[in-house]
Amino acid sequence: MNEPELRELVPAVIGVLVRRGADFAAAEDAVQDALVEAVRVSADEAPRDPKGWLITVAWRKFLDAARAEASRRDRELRADSEPAPGPGEAVDDTLQLYFLCAHPSLTPSSAVALTLRAVGGLTTRQIAQAYLVPEATMAQRISRAKRTVSGVRLNQPGDVATVLRVLYLVFNEGYSGDVDLAAEAIRLTRQLAALTKHEEVAGLLALMLLHHARRTARTTEDGRLVPLAEQDRRLWNTRLIAEGVDVLQAALARDRLGEFQAQAAIAALHADAPAAEETDWVQIVEWYDELVRLTGNPVARLNRAVAVGEADGARSGLAALAELDPALPRYNAVAAYLHERDGDLATAARLYAEAARQATSFQEHEHLMRQALRLNARLRG
Amino acid sequence: MAKYLLLKHYRGAPAAVNNVPGDQWTPEEWSAHMKYMRDFADRLVESGEFVDAQALAPEGMFVRYDGEGRPPVIDGPFAETKDLIAGWMVIDVDSHERAIELAGELSAAPGAGGEPIHEWLEVRPFMVDQPPTVVE
Repeated sequence: MNEPELRELVPAVIGVLVRRGADFAAAEDAVQDALVEAVRVSADEAPRDPKGWLITVAWRKFLDAARAEASRRDRELRADSEPAPGPGEAVDDTLQLYFLCAHPSLTPSSAVALTLRAVGGLTTRQIAQAYLVPEATMAQRISRAKRTVSGVRLNQPGDVATVLRVLYLVFNEGYSGDVDLAAEAIRLTRQLAALTKHEEVAGLLALMLLHHARRTARTTEDGRLVPLAEQDRRLWNTRLIAEGVDVLQAALARDRLGEFQAQAAIAALHADAPAAEETDWVQIVEWYDELVRLTGNPVARLNRAVAVGEADGARSGLAALAELDPALPRYNAVAAYLHERDGDLATAARLYAEAARQATSFQEHEHLMRQALRLNARLRG
Repeated sequence: MAKYLLLKHYRGAPAAVNNVPGDQWTPEEWSAHMKYMRDFADRLVESGEFVDAQALAPEGMFVRYDGEGRPPVIDGPFAETKDLIAGWMVIDVDSHERAIELAGELSAAPGAGGEPIHEWLEVRPFMVDQPPTVVE
């Protein structure tokens, strides 16, 4: 049994154990133990029914742990027999697990960690490596998260929006260690989209696919950031773009617009342009108007100013920018860009340098420094 | 989720409120201080926020390149160096506010008289390797 295939079974198997009477925390531990065993035995004796096998082994692990616990507490164990693995309501179980792991009582980082373990089937070590924290810290984060949701019944309906925020966080983190978090976020969102007809789930999936399609083009071989306008569009993954556009169109056709659909629509318009000069900025501004109407998000307003600058000229972009709070993250980077387009190179150079000082990622810092140095060289030349 | 460095200075930070240097504490005051630091780190592991803690030896030196084929130049240690780092903690937290809250707690470590030192800690966000995927 290969690991990705096994991981897909994790939420359903946890669901089966919970329906048989295990509490969530114990079921989750048992399934992780079973996974470890599955990987160990996998090569030579792959079972014909991996899910049935995983349920059987996980249930045995659960009973062992429960017996050990019971003898520790010196009391009788209620469940002793091993029920036959039934077909069950795996679809509902998995959906409920998404809700539980993104429960509003959890902090964002706990919800992310719990989702990756209980829904994604990743090990604590893999999650710790991906987020660059010690394994002991991640183990505690996960067990605290499990304690926090221990009182939550798995049959309570949840809020899809909370799940989407968690998946969005996982996606946006990119990747480090041996786990590709962006790919994992797409897998989990794709699985969620198959479980629910919610338009925003489709919207988020489309957004992820459309951004993931550009991943190779987004950085140079030595790790430098390549802005959208300068990307080699031949490197864009057309299969992912086509899928993203299909998913988005199906969602938009249901006429219940949300922020992720609007963001995906903007990404789709970029993906649709054969060259940067052919980008339909007028339509992109309209989608930013929708996004601002839907969320009121100042970052959306900032991005809208860039789009206005492209659609109506740098002066209009600067006018749109003037209405915003200069303390916004990336405000100076946007201002620098628009001033350069407007021909004011000295102001642009000063603002790029300022933006570089405020950058929160190494790649952005480096990119903005290069812009400042490029303009300074031109001003001297 | 963001990582922050909590930087502890021997010298170079503004003066602490309880400003008696460590070498003038009683052994009990010293023990209480060390216990507070250990317990603080343990609590961070428990809360899932601990990344790293390191102390640095106070005596170091300055080293620089001295040209092709020549050994590096070594200078110091300088007793009068303005800024001297004692050590650091790295935390992984959900918000900027939480980072400040934890730095406040760490600054309350007891010193002379078993009273909080109120020492100034430098709090610096980590620069992440790559920007978020969705920015435009």
